[in-house]
Amino acid sequence: MSLPAYSFAYLDEQTKRMIRRALLKAVAIPGYQVPFASREMPLAYGWGTGGMQVTAAVIGPDDVLKVIDQGADDTTNAVSIRRFFALTAGVRTTERTAEATIIQTRHRIPETPLAAGQILVYQVPQPEPLRKLEPRETETRRMHALAEYGLMHVKLYEDIARHGRITLSYDYPVLVNGRHVMAPSPIPSFDNPKMHRSPALQLFGAGREKRIYAVPPYTDVVSLAFEDHPFRPWKAEAACGLCGATETYLDEVVVDDRGGRLFVCSDTDYCAERRKAGHRGAAAGHALAAGEGG
Amino acid sequence: MSAVPLLAVRDLTVRFGRRVAVQHASFELWPGEVLAIVGESGSGKTTLLRAVHGDLPADGGRVLYRLHDGTLAPLDGLAEPVRRHLARTEWGFVHQNPRDGLRMAVSAGGNVGERLMAAGMRHWGRIRAEATQWLRRVEIDPARIDDPPRTFSGGMQQRLQIARVLVTRPRLVLMDEPTGGLDVSVQARLLDLIRGLVADLGLAAVIVTHDLAVARLLAHRMLVMQGGRIVESGLTDQVLDDPQHPYSQLLVASVLQA
Repeated sequence: MSLPAYSFAYLDEQTKRMIRRALLKAVAIPGYQVPFASREMPLAYGWGTGGMQVTAAVIGPDDVLKVIDQGADDTTNAVSIRRFFALTAGVRTTERTAEATIIQTRHRIPETPLAAGQILVYQVPQPEPLRKLEPRETETRRMHALAEYGLMHVKLYEDIARHGRITLSYDYPVLVNGRHVMAPSPIPSFDNPKMHRSPALQLFGAGREKRIYAVPPYTDVVSLAFEDHPFRPWKAEAACGLCGATETYLDEVVVDDRGGRLFVCSDTDYCAERRKAGHRGAAAGHALAAGEGG
Repeated sequence: MSAVPLLAVRDLTVRFGRRVAVQHASFELWPGEVLAIVGESGSGKTTLLRAVHGDLPADGGRVLYRLHDGTLAPLDGLAEPVRRHLARTEWGFVHQNPRDGLRMAVSAGGNVGERLMAAGMRHWGRIRAEATQWLRRVEIDPARIDDPPRTFSGGMQQRLQIARVLVTRPRLVLMDEPTGGLDVSVQARLLDLIRGLVADLGLAAVIVTHDLAVARLLAHRMLVMQGGRIVESGLTDQVLDDPQHPYSQLLVASVLQA
């Protein structure tokens, strides 16, 4: 009998074991960045190597995988990572949020509320929320160890001083479990409230920076702010042109060369489900709808 | 005056490899007192100051600080979080070069507000008001609150650094050549300002300087260092007018008109 060409889910068992150990530690200390020996993946750094390694370490033959990139199931990054795991792990894949047991994501949290038992895996480019303020790793580690997070508020202070409000609209820093300040990866601040006490397990992998961190189910995740300038998630003031949804995060799409624009749900699965259920937006039937989701 | 000093340095020794930079230095600082450390370059003044602040590990001796409960605690015996908390609330360090003490990419207001935010203040309007008041106090036009310090002159940067340190009302301020690198007229304004603030706030301060005029103007007492040792100490006027140690005599005599 010949051996398979490569291990289940691509990574060898020892590597997966190493990553699982890092994950266990990360879950035990919510928001704490655990160093791990990130491997080379058959994909460039910055394309989701951290998320893929986490997914490879937790996926089993019975799992159902969904991969999204900016909320969409049909973009290059999402399609190629989904196909990668279909090929190397033989798992079933889906575009439906509710059907998935593992969702690997870049830049979004699905609109459909996650349920207990689901795992959300984030691809993280820069795991250190303090990095732009303090370039020394030794110093940021010390700041985390001693919970010295005044500097983070200096950044928010500057934002208000310059623009009159906190203009940070993605990768908005959060305090996890009342202890660690964490970068939620470049998800829009609109999605931050979804992390708070989510029933799903949230895992974060940064391949190039070699860090793993986690938010266990039902953990407090609070967006940083000032008493007199509370956190306000940002969203375009419009309704989805295709499904009419007003409560979702929208992408602005240029639709022609005459300045035509259309706001559509960034979560393609959510939008398609709504249209299937009969919801119609102002631009329903637009060609844009044909290419995606359903 | 209480019977316990605010700061007590006992037998402090700092080595760089085989070179001894500070040898058996001992002094005490009382609340509200300004102490100047003078000496030529390389005499160990700045090293002593940095060791007192905990930036350099001491190779011998101790630094003791009076906590709020009145006990004199050795700093190396305190846990690091406690020490760092003290360093950003009750102590201040003014660097010779304001670039070392300021965040050059952050606005003046952010610089002054940083220690407040580090101390847990989370009300933007109040932080802003406090920063405005402190800018006014160090004679910087509050209209420049949102300008980054790199657009400030050297003297303004130094005043901003002082505001940033004093905003949490520290009990102890360590200054390393605060007037170094500034031209004479700016120096005079800055010294005036420091003298006023120290008196108003009842600060205890240690000022390292090679300029005897600075010591004369600001300090109640002074220490003279040579080759890593404290060779003379006493009231400022006494040391400057009637130096006892040959090196102090040389130092005083070498100044044109102190």
